[in-house]
Amino acid sequence: MNDVMRRVVITGLGIVSPLGCGVETNWDRLMAGKSGIRAIDSFDVSDLSAKIAGMVPEGTKDAGGFNPLEWIELKEQRKIDRFILFGLVAAQQAIEDSGWQPRDAKSQERTGVMIGSGIGGLTTIADAAVLLQERGPRRISPFFIPAALINLVSGHVSIKYGFKGPNHSAVTACATGAHAIGDAARIIALDDADVMVAGGAEAAIGRLGLAGFAAARSLSTGYNDTPEEASRPWDEGRDGFVMGEGSGVVLLEEYEHAKKRNASIYAELIGYGLSGDAYHITAPSYAGDGGFRAMKAALKRAKMSPYQIDYINAHGTSTPLGDATEFRAVKRLLGDAAATVSMSSTKSAIGHLLGAAGAVEAIYSVLSIRDQAVPPTLNMNNPSKGIYGMDLVPNEARERPVRTALSNSFGFGGTNASLIFSKVL
Amino acid sequence: MIDVSQRVKRIVVEHLGVDEAKVTEDASFIDDLGADSLDTVELVMAFEEEFSCEIPDDAAEKILNVKDAIDFIKSQGG
Repeated sequence: MNDVMRRVVITGLGIVSPLGCGVETNWDRLMAGKSGIRAIDSFDVSDLSAKIAGMVPEGTKDAGGFNPLEWIELKEQRKIDRFILFGLVAAQQAIEDSGWQPRDAKSQERTGVMIGSGIGGLTTIADAAVLLQERGPRRISPFFIPAALINLVSGHVSIKYGFKGPNHSAVTACATGAHAIGDAARIIALDDADVMVAGGAEAAIGRLGLAGFAAARSLSTGYNDTPEEASRPWDEGRDGFVMGEGSGVVLLEEYEHAKKRNASIYAELIGYGLSGDAYHITAPSYAGDGGFRAMKAALKRAKMSPYQIDYINAHGTSTPLGDATEFRAVKRLLGDAAATVSMSSTKSAIGHLLGAAGAVEAIYSVLSIRDQAVPPTLNMNNPSKGIYGMDLVPNEARERPVRTALSNSFGFGGTNASLIFSKVL
Repeated sequence: MIDVSQRVKRIVVEHLGVDEAKVTEDASFIDDLGADSLDTVELVMAFEEEFSCEIPDDAAEKILNVKDAIDFIKSQGG
């Protein structure tokens, strides 16, 4: 990241998302223009304004679906909220993908975990509150609190694999996944660990979660009958984001450590920038000043000019205000370089995974570098007023040179993070 | 109707995820069946639910194996 900091690379990836369970399944479906957004049928939505979501598809691992029993024992599943389940599964994928297995006490102590969540065990908390009301305190399970706590993904991963290094958890709403990866990389860069398992997990799709985001006027409500068309970043017909669920986890590793064990390296994390809006609890700051400064800080850290960016995975949630604001911030950052950059929002395919979004999208950015191809922005048919002068990769994936990719994540509270990945030369 | 002993054993098998064969009357939840302290709290809650009884905390602390549970429930007329 700079001369005194150690280099950090990515050697393992794991995803559970509305497009499926597993990195290659996700990437194949994303690049084929598939959508993971559908009508909610697992609980009553008749009185909710938003009746659709990006839900993790059930099914066997071999078919790209998610069957918890293939991953975690039933007895353990009962002790964890669904977001922890997703986090554990994505972490397992990333760890196995990397081949990293600490074999002695020192390497265990040099391996840490930082997996966050935006909201944590919301459904578990909602259910327990009802149980308390209806049947009293003696019916509350001893596993209720640890099932709902955000840092328990990191806790469970450390216990399962014996990772005794820094154990931490980011909680920055929809920027969580990006902050977790960026901050975990700094722990490695500053020599406090050699390996960090980092990312985000979320499973807030339920009556309470939908009601809450709907009350904040954040959700799409005009496409309940055509769910796959609901998430349409920058399109003039966009009317809010679609809730998604899942987890993205990466294995970050110090460069020499990865080389020494002949690990396969996907990309290097060369830039990380953070900022605060100091403006409003849910609305972005005027002209996207906060996002602009996060991207600028990431470029500074990467010692890059805007002309060296090839691909931007936008925050792009499909809200009228958010998309327009980010677009302006990006154009301001890029200047003339905007003509050569491709930018897409993969939330068009998976919805908004909240605290997991930044991590899943970081992985998509890394894969765009691996495969020299960029994923599409679905449903981007008629860009709204002011959206022009940039390639937004409408509807179809495209091959193009991608040496560097920037991924944006912005969260409620006015918190912003940008990550920049590069091909390792 | 299956008897108290079978119902207790079924709950232990379900909650601790252990083989039925291991759940003998003198099997200790913690030492033999791999339970931790939170598991034992949850087990007692499951017994309360199954037998519609209340197991006070001081009694619960003395339920350490399958037989303890059966004896307590039978003493409550369960």
